[in-house]
Amino acid sequence: MQAPSPLLIAENLACRRGERLLFRRLSFRLEGGAACHMTGANGAGKTTLIRALAGLKTPYAGSVTREGALALLDERIGLDPDLPLGQALAFWFALDGVADAAAIMERLRLDPLAEVPVRYLSTGQKKRATLARVLGQAAPVWLLDEPLSGLDTASQDTFSALVREHCAGGGIALIASHQPLDVPGMTSFAIEDFAPAPQEDEA
Amino acid sequence: MIAALLRRDLAQFFPFTGSGAALPVVFFVAVAMLFPFAVGPDANVLAKTGGGVVWIAALLAAILPLEKLVARDIQLGFFDQLRLRGVAEEAMMAVRLLAHWLSFGPPLLLATFPAAALLKIEGETFSILLLGLLAGTPGLAAIGLMIAALTASLRAGAALSGLLLIPLALPILIFGAGALARQDQVSLGFVGAISLALVALAPFAAGAAIRAAREN
Repeated sequence: MQAPSPLLIAENLACRRGERLLFRRLSFRLEGGAACHMTGANGAGKTTLIRALAGLKTPYAGSVTREGALALLDERIGLDPDLPLGQALAFWFALDGVADAAAIMERLRLDPLAEVPVRYLSTGQKKRATLARVLGQAAPVWLLDEPLSGLDTASQDTFSALVREHCAGGGIALIASHQPLDVPGMTSFAIEDFAPAPQEDEA
Repeated sequence: MIAALLRRDLAQFFPFTGSGAALPVVFFVAVAMLFPFAVGPDANVLAKTGGGVVWIAALLAAILPLEKLVARDIQLGFFDQLRLRGVAEEAMMAVRLLAHWLSFGPPLLLATFPAAALLKIEGETFSILLLGLLAGTPGLAAIGLMIAALTASLRAGAALSGLLLIPLALPILIFGAGALARQDQVSLGFVGAISLALVALAPFAAGAAIRAAREN
């Protein structure tokens, strides 16, 4: 159930954090079925770029064009820490009209954790929980910020499989990660390539 | 979607379900209980000053939940996720305002009964007190929400929000407590009008504030 032609275009994008220019003249175009791997050192601006693409941050210059609903995974888990995981996820599943929540829970091996309050979950378990939220959203465009951090090997494989299926179904995935990803046909870029040169002063 | 949101917000903030959320009301009654010890048990003095004390206690009780009201959900990315699903920040804040008021307004009104008994507030004075709180607490909730949203991204936000609420709540306090001294309904009308204006403005101000907080 993907929208006909999802699209994510960045044109001449530049973002700042505080007074510092993180990257500039960043352009790309992702169409349905495309997976893109973004690399970059800590603090290089991966998260900032993802938030700009999601429309949660105004870019300093340039523009973002997007067709299709958007799912965002980042370090902010969006799940109530005091609630059992099952209930916390159920809120989003209800909002997104998920028909088969059990299948998603099983796919990410979250069944045994349904009764555990979110704040007791480990980093990797939380990551899986947010992945479940992303899956439930059934959005054609995925923006994933460090989806692999804290995941064990089995979960990393599951994750790669999910991305492959998502893209095979015509979806777009932009993934910021330090780890290598096993997705055929995936393009990649390093955000450092768009960092301003040292002598280049911000306008 | 709005109904689901309200249910979730209420579960977060309603007394007796959320952890420690009943504290503002307990605090409110405790202040009313302490006051006779401080000024002595003279019924005349108590009846004359008690109404003002109830208003101060209500004001302070309104400050207590502010810390968790907005900041936590910003950190959780909760508002971000709602935004991606097309919910406007103003709608999120309107729902939050309603949930916030429901979580402390009605319980406070109920707690006014024991508090009034402790302070020897009776008859006409009591009904004016109750009506005043009914008219004034939505305004206090609205001020609280705006302040909580504005200070959410500040490190000392919690301490600051208490400090900010007090001057902004002065008009409500003056007319609300003033109605008690003069036993007049006109002041109550003012309290209601101020509350109404605040309630109408708060979702927009708070919505703009959480949008601005994202740009940091």
